[in-house]
Amino acid sequence: MSVVEANLEHDVHAHDEHEHHEELNFWRKYIFSEDHKVIAKQYMITGIFWAIIGAAMSVVFRIQLGFPGADISWMKPFLGKWITETGALDPNFYLALVTMHGTIMVFFVLTAGLSGTFSNFLIPLQVGARDMASGFLNMLSFWFFFVSSVLMFVSIFLETGPAAGGWVVYPPLSALPQAHMGSEMGMTLWLLSMAIFIMSSLLGSLNYVTTIINLRTRGMTFTRLPLTIWAFMITAILGIISFPVLLSAALLLIFDRHFGTSFYLSEIYINGEALPNVGGSPILFQHLFWFLGHPEVYIVLLPALGITSEIIATNSRKPIFGYRAMIASLMAIAFLAFIVWAHHMFVTGMNPFLGSIFMFLTLIIAVPSAVKAFNYITTLWRGNIVFTPAMLFSIGLVSLFVSGGLTGIILGNSALDIQLHDTYFVVAHFHIVMGAASAFGFFAGIYHWYPKMFGRMMNSTLGQLHFWLTFAGVYLVFFPMHYIGIAGFPRRYYQFTSFDFGKSFTDLNMFVSIAAIFTFFAQFVFLWNFFYSMFKGKVAPMNPWKSTTLEWTTPVNVGHGNWVGEIPAVYRWPYDYSKPGSDVDFIPQNVPHSQTPESNFPHENEYIAQEKEIEAQNYNDQFQVH
Amino acid sequence: MAEVEKIRIEEAPETLAMDPKKFILWGFIVTIIMLFASQTSAYLVRRAEGNWVEFQIPQIFWYSTVVLVISSVAMHWAYLAAKKDNFNTLKIAISITFVLGMAFLVMQFLGWKDLVAQNVYFVGNPSGSFFYVFTLLHGIHLITGLMVLCVTFISSMRLKVHAKNLRRIEICTTYWHFLDILWIYLFVFLLYFR
Ligand code: HEM
Ligand SMILES: [Cu+2]
Repeated sequence: MSVVEANLEHDVHAHDEHEHHEELNFWRKYIFSEDHKVIAKQYMITGIFWAIIGAAMSVVFRIQLGFPGADISWMKPFLGKWITETGALDPNFYLALVTMHGTIMVFFVLTAGLSGTFSNFLIPLQVGARDMASGFLNMLSFWFFFVSSVLMFVSIFLETGPAAGGWVVYPPLSALPQAHMGSEMGMTLWLLSMAIFIMSSLLGSLNYVTTIINLRTRGMTFTRLPLTIWAFMITAILGIISFPVLLSAALLLIFDRHFGTSFYLSEIYINGEALPNVGGSPILFQHLFWFLGHPEVYIVLLPALGITSEIIATNSRKPIFGYRAMIASLMAIAFLAFIVWAHHMFVTGMNPFLGSIFMFLTLIIAVPSAVKAFNYITTLWRGNIVFTPAMLFSIGLVSLFVSGGLTGIILGNSALDIQLHDTYFVVAHFHIVMGAASAFGFFAGIYHWYPKMFGRMMNSTLGQLHFWLTFAGVYLVFFPMHYIGIAGFPRRYYQFTSFDFGKSFTDLNMFVSIAAIFTFFAQFVFLWNFFYSMFKGKVAPMNPWKSTTLEWTTPVNVGHGNWVGEIPAVYRWPYDYSKPGSDVDFIPQNVPHSQTPESNFPHENEYIAQEKEIEAQNYNDQFQVH
Repeated sequence: MAEVEKIRIEEAPETLAMDPKKFILWGFIVTIIMLFASQTSAYLVRRAEGNWVEFQIPQIFWYSTVVLVISSVAMHWAYLAAKKDNFNTLKIAISITFVLGMAFLVMQFLGWKDLVAQNVYFVGNPSGSFFYVFTLLHGIHLITGLMVLCVTFISSMRLKVHAKNLRRIEICTTYWHFLDILWIYLFVFLLYFR
């Protein structure tokens, strides 16, 4: 027994010793790192890499759409046999490009890239934690993403090309290798890659939620969390609930493809010969897919909205308008996201009555969305606006969110959708409200937190130039696209010139393509700024934007564990900008009310009594040896 | 008042809502629930469309269910033993849970054989395919549960599981009970919506 006792003694002291401060070797420090800041940068670099590939793909197929059959033999070094003898793009590869563009942008850039970068980077820094709840799972999450990226990348170079059934991979097209060459090995790798991607995303999301709920610093109550953190948490919850459903859909598709089951397949004839599959339902796949698919569009957008809330408040030098309404609308949007999926399926032969119910639910989303839009605008109203590049991109996001949301309301009407479904109108809608808006959030976040990430400033003039070029470019590309869609142009068609009605819109298509190429090249301004500033940028001050949140209380070059010494305690909400009575225009969250008697509101004087209580709390410090 | 203050400082009240590792486990359980919720909804949606072949669920699945329930009881026994620092009982109870878990898997496999004997194949009418998919997915999760059991067993060999360090055994118990309840849900579901 005494042996046991001794062992117990030892163990009680030992079980928290896992954190240590010896120098890590290169591999542990930069490659297989468990530090959230390094993992965030790994996500960011991988995301940017994918964004370049995805955008380049769109330029290739935009050339085909704007200039049908154009001679692009100069791309032979990249595209090889996918260029036909006449120098045009191979129609099969056109479909593959559209599919890959969608998959890459939605999942790899705007889900993994955006959430992965900013949730990882900001959550511990803004809630006041040394690191994520589980550094190991966090590292695993990135490396799963990496493996999934490699698989997807490899699939692009297959003899038969990558998956080509659209990013939504509807069966039977995706289920039958005979359907299209992209449904052979390309589709197999797509499914494998996505299954691994889902695990990566789940590991990440679990970590985010756990960290936010359990590792907040002293005094950081839920109503003192910055809106970024609220947005990241709700995004992660959406992911945890919806991604397993996509896994389900993918699993059944894998069984259909490789084992011959008939979940999605029924009564199919190919070249006059009947396939053995009976009893399946392709609509089932659509239900499963869109149950993820619709929340997914908010998984992409909400982090961008969170980033915007933070940046707009900071750079208007005003508290965010309607802090609680912002949280409530995030929650409402997230809740509604789960009960509107069938608006993507209005024309699948769904019962019109059911269609009306989904239409009703869909249109309700406009309410919380409008709450957000108005709150941004009222925050800007009469603020002392500082037009940093991050601020410009945030305002741009609000504009895009409004324009794209309006077309959503049109699409949400099941009757109007009969005309508009699967046309360029839908493409215009979601590129503005999801694609461009989230990309703007990504840019805004990078411009804003770059000083914290790399200890240097990005060039602000170049940033402003980048904004104006991109902002003009995005509208020039996607606004005309609505008209093309209303005229009835279906999406995912190689060319329209074979139809008479198609000829009248050739100019507009050409215009869109030119604008797209222009916008593509504008992004090099950003890339140059990004990489150049990493080495040659001005050294950043500690708090360049005069912001209130905790990350700006860390040293300029943040080390392992984030804060030197104790983690700061938090006494107030994150939006004390231009507070009446105060002689500074911002009061950081870690300044107690007892130090600011001149600006306290009457009810805030009562908080002074609670300060002792907050300070008496446990440090909640993961690295502390007990 | 001073009394209260003193206690507070001594106990250092946590801002933690919960142990993060256990919280992650619950999150993980939510993802598994969603996976099976989507599978069973797909089942219902597909079944509502007709062309659905009914078949008799082999007897052995009843027996395997009983085995799994008993394994849960053994798991709980292990937990109680750990709480009382009863190390021998702890090891025996974990071993029993593990063996019963293995037995469950073997019986599920025999159940598949019975299904094949009834001409219900994985490839064929979705009613059968779904049955195989549910049991397969649950089986895979049960294997992860067995791995957790192994880890817990090894830590209890090293005397790392005891009344003052219950985290491992608690995680293991929660997960194992969850897998048990999950199977009961699936089984009742399959019986009811044949
Ligand atoms: C008021 C808000 C919104 C409404 C009522 C709405 C409605 C719709 C409807 C009805 C469709 C289906 C169109 C069709 O395929 O025929 C659609 C497509 C789409 N929406 Fe929205 N939407 C809204 C906001 C958003 C937001 C905020 C996002 C993203 C952040 C988004 C992303 C998408 C995407 C990605 C698609 C197309 C998916 C595809 O078919 O490839 N929407 N929207
Ligand atoms: Cu939707």
